[in-house]
Amino acid sequence: MGWILIRSYALLVYLFMFLPVAVVVLLSFNASQFGSFPMTGFSFRWFIELAQNEAILRAFRTSIVLGLLTALISTTLGVLASLALVRYRVPGANAVSTLLIAPILVPEVVLAVALLLFLNFLGVNKSFALLLFGHVIFTLPFVILVVQARLVAIRRDVEEAAMSLGASPRQTFFQITLPLMLPAVLAGALFAFTISFDDITGTLFWKPGGVETVPTQIFAMLRNSISPEINALGTVMIAMTVGLPLLGAAIARTLSTKSGT
Amino acid sequence: MSVEAREARQPWILLSPALTAVGLLLFVPLMFIVVYSFWLRTSTGADQAGFYLDNWREALTDPFYRDILLNTLKIAAITTAVCAVMGYPAAYFIARSKGSKAILLLLLMLPFWISYIIRTMSWINILGVSGALNTALLWTGLISEPIQMLYNETTVILGLVHFLLPFMVLNVFVSLDGIDTTLEDAANSLGATKWEAFVQVTLPLSLPGLAAGGLLCFVLGAGTYITPLVLGGPTDAMFANLVFEAIITQLNWPLGSALSLMLLAVLGVLVTIYNRYLGMAQLMKGLG
Repeated sequence: MGWILIRSYALLVYLFMFLPVAVVVLLSFNASQFGSFPMTGFSFRWFIELAQNEAILRAFRTSIVLGLLTALISTTLGVLASLALVRYRVPGANAVSTLLIAPILVPEVVLAVALLLFLNFLGVNKSFALLLFGHVIFTLPFVILVVQARLVAIRRDVEEAAMSLGASPRQTFFQITLPLMLPAVLAGALFAFTISFDDITGTLFWKPGGVETVPTQIFAMLRNSISPEINALGTVMIAMTVGLPLLGAAIARTLSTKSGT
Repeated sequence: MSVEAREARQPWILLSPALTAVGLLLFVPLMFIVVYSFWLRTSTGADQAGFYLDNWREALTDPFYRDILLNTLKIAAITTAVCAVMGYPAAYFIARSKGSKAILLLLLMLPFWISYIIRTMSWINILGVSGALNTALLWTGLISEPIQMLYNETTVILGLVHFLLPFMVLNVFVSLDGIDTTLEDAANSLGATKWEAFVQVTLPLSLPGLAAGGLLCFVLGAGTYITPLVLGGPTDAMFANLVFEAIITQLNWPLGSALSLMLLAVLGVLVTIYNRYLGMAQLMKGLG
């Protein structure tokens, strides 16, 4: 009896989470020229208009380039730091960890203001570079948390075995450790990309005038009214943000089964 | 150099890029805005370096800022409470489910991956004048004119709950999943009813997860300015909106610095209290 109650309650919570998102997807296929109910028919017209909207395409390009560069830098820094924390006995490891995850303990607005004002003082104006710095610093903690969690699971004996069989530390790293780490590295990179791609809080502070990322473009479009194009764009974003991690998980699984762990 | 010394140096070489980044892009900038908050914006638009207390006097004594700060804390508190009430039973369901926990959890975490701005604006489709709810009510004949349900404090809280609920569920789940279920069985066999066993055994053991989820919901909720802009009315500004206004719209950077630091101090106190009693480890469990 009690369990049925909990189940129904949980079902309602799931509905609450999914219903609004489902409505976005539903409305994006609405033939009506207003982005709202009632549904007047099924149509792809908003996706076609989306594909022809220069501003949105530009925003996509900006977001993807920014996301890729962020993922590249943030993952490199994060993997090196995680290696140090997991593989070595670092004096004051706890304090170091806390320092490294500090960017997510500080409210993002405050981080955004501090970075904007400081870099501006150094002569870096609002620019793509500022955006990149910002995105790197607040995705870094997530990368470190994800990579560290997976690195712990890699057994050291495998490396020791390689060394005892005569491999040099460099050979061991590139032939044993790196392949084993690959799923963790990819997971971290994917996490960084997704967070960067989705960010709006910091981005609105850092972006130069005229440059839009996908979220800021949506935000600017919302100022007018909710158009069916926004719903179509939302559907594309949902497909991307849901599809990418699932794809990543699948790749990680394939890689780890191949390497036999 | 000896082998030991090289061994000892290696982790620091690996750590130095990340530590340098955090130092130069977070800690130095934070110190810089402390200094900046004592500068003064002059009528010419240039910032006058020096040691002026004007910004702090304005930020700390103006009732306008105080009211919005209190209102922000109120909204964050209500959001956290609603997240707890909605999220705890859902997390309990997942943790005690006979089915595949991983899939149930993944399903609830999916919205977490969906763009924040899309999820926020999706409520306009539901509650807007020509949204799903109004359309349905009109169709049933319960109302003859669409009702304006959007752009008030309730919809701001609704949007925040929708954004933050996955954080709560995940943290409570991690906590509940780590509790040995035989403890409840033991309580039952000693004569406790299922409810008593839950209240006296499971609930207290899961409090760290609830606290971690609560802290995240509160801090993230109190620091937002996008949700009030999208789902709130003109009077629903939160504290972060004031920061955004000062920095981006009015270009009053010294005042914006002081306001940012105020927000940091208030939320920092909470994080410190949490850290003092529960430690950061629980929070990391939920995030990793």
